[in-house]
Amino acid sequence: MDLSAINPVLLVASLMVAATPILIAAIGELVVEKSGVLNLGVEGMMITGAIAGFATAVETGSPLLGFFAAAFAGAALSVLFGFLTQIAQANQVASGLALTLFGLGLSALMGQSYVGVKPPQMSDIHIPVLSDLPVVGPILFGHDIILYFGIALTAAVWALLKFSRAGLVLRAVGENHDAAHALGYKVIRIRLMAILFGGACAGIGGAYISLIRVPQWTEGMTAGVGWIALALVVFASWKPWRALLGAYLFGGVTVVQLNLQAAGVAIPVEYLAMSPYVITIIVLVILSADKSSAPAALGRNFHASR
Amino acid sequence: MIRLEKRPQPSRVWSMATPLVAVLATMIAGGLLFAALGKNPVEAIRTIFWDPLFGEFAFYYRPQLLVKGAPLVLIAIGLSLGFRAGIWNIGAEGQYIMGAICGAGAGLAFYPADSALIFPLMVVAGALGGWAWAMIPAVLKTRFGTNEILVSLMLVYVAEQFLASVSLGLLKNPEGFGFPGSRNLQSWDAAHNAELITGTGMHWGVVAALIAVIFAYVLLNRHMLGYHIRLSGEAPRAARFAGVNPTRLVLFCLGTSGALAGLAGLFEVSGPSGQISIDFNVGYGFTAIIVAFLGRLHPVGILLAGGLMALTYIGGDIAQSNMGLPSAAIQVFQGMLLFFLLALDLLTNFRIALSKPEVV
Amino acid sequence: MKLNKLLTSAAVAFGLATGAVAADDKTKVGFVYVGPVGDGGWTYEHDQGRKAVVEEFGDKVETVYVENVAEGPDAERVMTQMALEGADLIFTTSFGYMDPTINVAKKFPNVKFEHATGYKRADNVSTYSARFYEGRAVQGHIAGQMTESNIIGYIGSYPIPEVIRGINSAYLHAKEVNPDVQFKIVWAFTWFDPAKEADAAKVLIEQGADVILQHTDSTAPQAAAQAAGNVITFGQASDMAEYGPKPRVSSIIDDWAPYYIARTKAVMDGTWESSDTWDGIGAGMVKIGEISDAVPAEIKASALALKASLADGSYHAFTGPIKKQDGSDWLADGETADDGTLAGMNFYVEGLEGDIPQ
Repeated sequence: MDLSAINPVLLVASLMVAATPILIAAIGELVVEKSGVLNLGVEGMMITGAIAGFATAVETGSPLLGFFAAAFAGAALSVLFGFLTQIAQANQVASGLALTLFGLGLSALMGQSYVGVKPPQMSDIHIPVLSDLPVVGPILFGHDIILYFGIALTAAVWALLKFSRAGLVLRAVGENHDAAHALGYKVIRIRLMAILFGGACAGIGGAYISLIRVPQWTEGMTAGVGWIALALVVFASWKPWRALLGAYLFGGVTVVQLNLQAAGVAIPVEYLAMSPYVITIIVLVILSADKSSAPAALGRNFHASR
Repeated sequence: MIRLEKRPQPSRVWSMATPLVAVLATMIAGGLLFAALGKNPVEAIRTIFWDPLFGEFAFYYRPQLLVKGAPLVLIAIGLSLGFRAGIWNIGAEGQYIMGAICGAGAGLAFYPADSALIFPLMVVAGALGGWAWAMIPAVLKTRFGTNEILVSLMLVYVAEQFLASVSLGLLKNPEGFGFPGSRNLQSWDAAHNAELITGTGMHWGVVAALIAVIFAYVLLNRHMLGYHIRLSGEAPRAARFAGVNPTRLVLFCLGTSGALAGLAGLFEVSGPSGQISIDFNVGYGFTAIIVAFLGRLHPVGILLAGGLMALTYIGGDIAQSNMGLPSAAIQVFQGMLLFFLLALDLLTNFRIALSKPEVV
Repeated sequence: MKLNKLLTSAAVAFGLATGAVAADDKTKVGFVYVGPVGDGGWTYEHDQGRKAVVEEFGDKVETVYVENVAEGPDAERVMTQMALEGADLIFTTSFGYMDPTINVAKKFPNVKFEHATGYKRADNVSTYSARFYEGRAVQGHIAGQMTESNIIGYIGSYPIPEVIRGINSAYLHAKEVNPDVQFKIVWAFTWFDPAKEADAAKVLIEQGADVILQHTDSTAPQAAAQAAGNVITFGQASDMAEYGPKPRVSSIIDDWAPYYIARTKAVMDGTWESSDTWDGIGAGMVKIGEISDAVPAEIKASALALKASLADGSYHAFTGPIKKQDGSDWLADGETADDGTLAGMNFYVEGLEGDIPQ
């Protein structure tokens, strides 16, 4: 065993990268759930975003364009979900699962000719002086811009929910759609917009995996990250900053687990691999004292009847 | 302008007709997809829906429908009880795994004994394994108020890692030359969940699924507990006034769905699958959630929905091999089917009315 | 979009729907895949083998495949279906298909089955596998000399004999050329999760490894190595040439084409017999991808010499004296490992640190 081999600075830096796709997707889903809608199709939208972003980046040579395409593709897929649940009043859990199944198939069809292709690289930003600082440099100033986008998004959503009128309306719709409707808010329209936003975020999160974190395209490459993002939202009890913290915890446990292995710590690996999930459950129990947070109308459909 | 009007009662006609309309719509949309992929759409649709039932080799595929559909129905029945009461167990996949591990483990502990008691013991152990795994979210929910969606989902991943661990360690076949995976229960008569009548696909899991359907039907329609379940889902406040004990309801619903999922895992591992291996689970626990909703959480509906899902899986594999369709196209096709079924469900509960625009 | 095409294919569809009777003089070959053909690794290479069969025999052969087939009853059903539909030869390409293959083969004595990486055979069931560990020996030989930090990172999937054999082989040959070399082994506990593989590679690099060997199929570790700079890698399963000349300095490629062609031919000629094939570099089942210019000429030359000696059989990758990790003797001086021990290998050789997870 040689724990000194673990470099904490690099560990934190790579943990941030590991956390980013979960974070972006989770923030999107958080907004969706705040509006009272539970979309279990995150995995499907992420993988569709992953291939749309990858294909666009390869064809245009621009990773940034790829991220726009991914956001668009994720949002496009979420329209299906929005139609089913908001217009056709279908059950949200079933619609979300169907969306995941559909997205996995669709992405595989779209990606058939992109297997084994190397995408254009997105370079890390480099700020003179700052990026070269010891410790702080690699952790704070040496990443790609999407990672910063994820943090900015967290801040923006937090501010939006907390301070803006739009955030207030969104929360009102999620807490009690009948009351919100009575107040004259367009419940369905607001929820559709939230769903679109969630889809776009999931798409970007997926593209982060296919363009930056891995980067390559293979079928099913998101390998369950969408489910983790869903878990993260509940874990964060619908609070953006807690989602950030949680994403680092989720990403961190995997990275730390691999670090311990590489350092030769003799703990059974399969139990280490379980640990993120077990820890989540434990944290969940600890946090469960706080019962104020779940949107009251979560998962319930709204139909304006007179 | 087109407007939706909620029906006072769900339409009986439409609740029967929508599945058929949805299947037809899927055939058309799917046909276009297959044509766009350069395949013969008519042949593809026929291969998926017709061949397994009435094609040249239907004698083989029909029993396979039972084999594929039984675990889906068994799990979905259990889940539907909870879903009706607003208790969301989405971790049936984990309970399925734990049922299989416990059941197979209990049997293998007595290898190579030859006693008629071994299989019943495994059945009990399998049900208990799934039940215990579902009790974790249940107890956490009742004690601490933690969200059961999340806990049950997380436990799926824990169970998958545990499955890998026992495949490589505890249950590894000592005569398997170091390869992962347990002994094959198919070759040990005392533990083998064989076909009850050769060539029919009918094994104990199929029987259990059918019993579960009947049991759930009676429970929901004829029994006080079933009434409480429905009441809790439809009107939680009223349920409390009616004296429903929410804690007991959570324990019952999660426990039952866990036990049924565990049973499904046990019947699978001792029968069609034969052994515990790293990749033993194939997603029945998640597909069953879809089946439960496709069947509108109604026992008979679930039976039919399980059959339909099984049909698309089996037909899809035939279409892959006979027509060279990629498996992704089959997945998209299944996704479409679900979308249409869900979307058209609207017609059961709502009436489409044409009316003049009012104050919008 | 192509409305025209849609309409014509629909028309063709109606025209052909009735007359789709296959000419039966073709040899029909089925392939059952555990992953998608687009996985860029294991299944992808098997599908390349299938395509080679089509190319070789053209009209005389018809191939069918089903991808993403789960091990267990699904696999059994797909094999049965292929046999029912008239397949003459069926390749089942995952270890977990072993018992299903045997079951189905019993029901169809006239259909030939070929099961990859298993150990159960029957009159109409052959097994085949590749001696990847020979490729690992060449990798270790290059890696041991290329490393400057003397730390080599190794990403394993699950601790099964196949993977352990690779680790031992790579370690022995790295140690041979560099006595100070140390292996850091990380088990991903997944067959397929590119993001986790990327993390594993990064972790190993951060802990000082400047060579990454992988027994997982995605290019994620390659990209991580490239981003890190002064790290070299080897392609796995497919060539991964897009990451050459550095970090990817060479690769081990599964090449199933010669075997698939030979076995199909045997069925056509009526000479097919049940057999147990375990081929390596010599028979071309394992290929060493081109060694790039990032490797100094003399190392490249000695690596090629090692490859040649493995290919012609003059050298065995496990030649004694070798001790097990616990210090007990395994192979005496000059003794070579027997296939039985290799097939079920579940121990590390002396010098490797850590325990195999059980």
